[in-house]
Amino acid sequence: MNLSLYTIQAFVILDSEGTRVLAKYYNPKSNPQGESKDFLTLKDQKAFEKGLWQKTKKAGGDVILYDGHLVLYKHSLDVILYFIAGPTENELTISMALNSLVDALTMLLRNSLEKRGILENLDLVLLCLDETIDDGIIVDTDAPAIASRVSRPRADSDIVGLNINEQTLMSAYLTVRDKVQQRIGQL
Amino acid sequence: MAFASKKEDESGLSSYYNNKTTVIQEARVFNDTPVSPRKCRALLTRIVYMIYVGETFGTQEATTLFFGTTKLFQNKDSALRQAVYLAIKELATTAEDVIMVTSSIMKDMQANSDVIYRPNAIRALCRIIDPSMAQGVERFFKAAIVDRNPAISTAALVSAYHLFPFAKDVVKRWVNEAQEAVNAKSSSSFFGSSSSGGGGYLGFGAGSNQPSGPQAIQSSSYIAQYHALGLLYLIRQQDRMAVTKMIQQLGGGKSGAGTTLKNPIALCMLIRYAAKVIEEDPNVQRQMIELLEGWLRHKSDMVNYEAARAICELKHVQPQQLTKSIAVLQLFLSSPKPVLKFAATRTLAALALNHPQAVATCNVDLEGLIADSNRSVATYAITTLLKTGNEASVDRLIKQITGFMAEISDEFKVIIVDAVRSLCLKFPSKHSSMLTFLSGVLRDEGGYDFKRAVVEAMFDMIKYIGDSKEQALSHLCEFIEDCEFTKLSVRILHLLGLEGPKSPQPAKYIRFIYNRVVLENATVRAAAVTSLAKFGVNSAEVGLKRSISVLLRRCLDDVDDEVRDRAALYLKVFKEKPLADAYVKEESVFSLAALEAKLVAYVKDPSASSEPLDVSSVPKISRAQAAQEAARPSSLDTIGAPIAKSTSPAPQAPTAAEKQSAYAQQLAEVPEFAPYGTILNSTATPAQLTESETEYQVTCVKHIFKEHIVFQFNVSNTIPDTVLEQVSVIMTPQDEEIGLTEDFIIPLPSLTSASSPGIVYVSFTRENPTQYTIGSFGCTLKFISKELDPTTQEPEEEGYEDEYQVEDVELSAGGDYIIPSYATFGSEWDRMRSGPSATETFLLGAMESLKAACDSIVEVLNMEPLGGSEVPTSDSVHTLQLSGLATGGGGKVLARCRMTYSRGTGVTIELGVRAEKQEVCDLVVAAIA
Repeated sequence: MNLSLYTIQAFVILDSEGTRVLAKYYNPKSNPQGESKDFLTLKDQKAFEKGLWQKTKKAGGDVILYDGHLVLYKHSLDVILYFIAGPTENELTISMALNSLVDALTMLLRNSLEKRGILENLDLVLLCLDETIDDGIIVDTDAPAIASRVSRPRADSDIVGLNINEQTLMSAYLTVRDKVQQRIGQL
Repeated sequence: MAFASKKEDESGLSSYYNNKTTVIQEARVFNDTPVSPRKCRALLTRIVYMIYVGETFGTQEATTLFFGTTKLFQNKDSALRQAVYLAIKELATTAEDVIMVTSSIMKDMQANSDVIYRPNAIRALCRIIDPSMAQGVERFFKAAIVDRNPAISTAALVSAYHLFPFAKDVVKRWVNEAQEAVNAKSSSSFFGSSSSGGGGYLGFGAGSNQPSGPQAIQSSSYIAQYHALGLLYLIRQQDRMAVTKMIQQLGGGKSGAGTTLKNPIALCMLIRYAAKVIEEDPNVQRQMIELLEGWLRHKSDMVNYEAARAICELKHVQPQQLTKSIAVLQLFLSSPKPVLKFAATRTLAALALNHPQAVATCNVDLEGLIADSNRSVATYAITTLLKTGNEASVDRLIKQITGFMAEISDEFKVIIVDAVRSLCLKFPSKHSSMLTFLSGVLRDEGGYDFKRAVVEAMFDMIKYIGDSKEQALSHLCEFIEDCEFTKLSVRILHLLGLEGPKSPQPAKYIRFIYNRVVLENATVRAAAVTSLAKFGVNSAEVGLKRSISVLLRRCLDDVDDEVRDRAALYLKVFKEKPLADAYVKEESVFSLAALEAKLVAYVKDPSASSEPLDVSSVPKISRAQAAQEAARPSSLDTIGAPIAKSTSPAPQAPTAAEKQSAYAQQLAEVPEFAPYGTILNSTATPAQLTESETEYQVTCVKHIFKEHIVFQFNVSNTIPDTVLEQVSVIMTPQDEEIGLTEDFIIPLPSLTSASSPGIVYVSFTRENPTQYTIGSFGCTLKFISKELDPTTQEPEEEGYEDEYQVEDVELSAGGDYIIPSYATFGSEWDRMRSGPSATETFLLGAMESLKAACDSIVEVLNMEPLGGSEVPTSDSVHTLQLSGLATGGGGKVLARCRMTYSRGTGVTIELGVRAEKQEVCDLVVAAIA
């Protein structure tokens, strides 16, 4: 029985070929159960993901016990999103967390929760994950609130040349004035 | 959109992203003036992403990047700052000197700052600060935990949770704030509920252009209660009373309606705490179970399920307590949601292990799930039905399972095979259809664990269902023809050697076994040779022996020496019957645990290597006992494997031999005992010297060395607020002339209830090591008692000396000098005819029957009763045969008790002892007298 708040062991997104789009494994060092020995190397993680994908590539299962881990998953267009937890976790809790993350991502990506959308908006996806899970602890399960906590980059703030303000106008005016004065002087 | 366009080419994507060098080079954008928030954020994202997909930065690289990002603290763009915090969190684990940015982060944590990244700052802080600085941030945290904004409160609580193990004392002081956060009622009631939050979301896309950053929607999930509860438990977990009180307070009375907890996950945690309290404290059990039952009616499925599961997993749950939980789970079975069905079937499958009758009410619903599209649900449903079902449904179920075995993971295959195995044992008449199923799956693809489960299931059928033996053996023969697992081949060959010769036509197995000799690797070939030899020795047919000799002779040219040696050995054994009896038919084996301990001691002791290991001092056990020791959970108790695995399996009671080696290790840590050499024997079970409910509890273990005897007193102090200092045990022999001299006492410097039990050693020298000293000692516990200050937990200056009388310690023959060992009594007794012996007649007037006499003799002598002779068949006359080993090279000792019983006089016994040394005989006789 897990009496700590450390609930989620990993969040993984795999694509339709089973390759990793995104993976975050949590191994909190303050976990009272001691640091987990699973998934320490990239090789272990990939092997786990490969096997898991084999068992979950068909849609409609939502939950599986794989290799001693409780895995909740959700298909969305061409990707599968996974939450991996310990075998004693409450399935419904993990499912709720996954659903809220998926809902929040769907809002942020404007309904295109697919591989391309994820990669093009990685900043939003990563921040959204960070607002949902903090080192294995579920931070929030309210999807609109999670989505609203993810900031978007400000558009057009650094497009050079469109920065028309008092200063640029003044310098333009001064340049024109200097040139005109020179021309007049030459005459 | 330069960032997006680079990703157009998807094939080159990962290499582009995973190029560490590029990223580190591009990190100079952090130094540009003016900083471009968009470019920086893109780069930060790439850094974090690279870490997430498995790239690792070196310490130097991470440190460079980390301090690059800190320059961005000067920028006001909230979108950038949020990304900075994420990068800081991820880099902090590898970078050095991360503590330098503390003040920048603290600035963002100020209560007056109204920025969206304030929670991010709080959550990043716990990654970078040194535990010693926790005190400095205390004020911020206390304020943040009780902040009106749930995002800030949550961030502070989560951060505190991460910090706790490193700064216990500081975080403990935030308990009042955490308590307030648990009880928070207002939360979002004034910001609107989540249903209206959707509308709020629509507006935020436009809002993101505001320079001050978007205003976040306040969470309506009350999730801060979950974090606050988790933190409170972390702080209070050592204090069971406080936890119980917390559960009662937050539980909200019998109906559960009065609770202030609104977050379902928080309630789930509360249920887990309650389940733990139930396990530890029987006094509150009833009240807690009532609370759990209240939660079965909560409006959230999650809470219902957690409560139902908690009740089902209670250790000593009564069937009538289960009804309500099962009803809740049954409701889930017909839900359209796979997760609910999965949760319910998983719990029911585990429950069916111990309470098949109670689960049987769900059978109709479970039948509906057999063909469920989620294979896990179907598997759990079937295994549950296998346990609860009746004989008539077996065939149908087996057919169903065969249909989808190929589609499920090995783990589930193992579960199903185990379920089928227990079903076989339950309904032996169905064995043929199940055997067909097992042999079918044996041919399928599968890993070692799965194949082993199938093979073990067949082994059990051979063992328990006589009718299935022939068929199962031939399936196994076929399996080893094409088996890739050496371990399994060897086990099957061993079984064939045991069972084959007893079958009506042993010859038909020879071909299969000899094929192994021709085709397999050395390990399997060796096992096959041994198996063949058993046929040769045990079979009744004369012709068979001759043909096996021919086969074995061919093995003499094998390339592997082990195979050659075995073949040569068995060829020799065939010719000499006594050797055959000793090496092939021998019924007793060494006790493996004892042998292991002996070997370890032998290897560790450098002086011992000058002489060969004395095998005769290792106790022997019969094959039946060996099988029992190695027994895996047979029959019905394996099906819950994946669940049982998770609920931290109760540690098995250590066997006597394991204890011995544990003691040996303990003693090896005490330098004073180093010159004593190896332990000859330790008491198997500690003797209780006090009642179990007294304030100080003492048990005693005796360790016999060659020239010394060490008494180990395990002392427990059960009074919480007292510390005992200089604890020692004073031993006075009842008989002055006992032949032992006290060497020293190793007292215990201090003992509290937390550090109990502690160990006090008393050492004696045996004046005459060849003599077996017996006698009893009066024991007194002596200590200085001091009270603990309740606040500081420091002991007071002044204490008072006290003494505490405990029961006497006996040094006796059985248990201290003699250990049980198996032997073939008849032949050994005759063989030792000429050795030292002793005969004595006793009258045991107090004994009421022969059975009672047998029991007490076995207990007193601590010897192995042989051939079932511990159970008298007649009321008046009986012979008890005993065998044992005397420690310290005393060798074998056999005892024969002929006894008669008559109502008037009680039991009269004539005790005959034969041993390798006269002292041992005298010891045995003295023990009875």
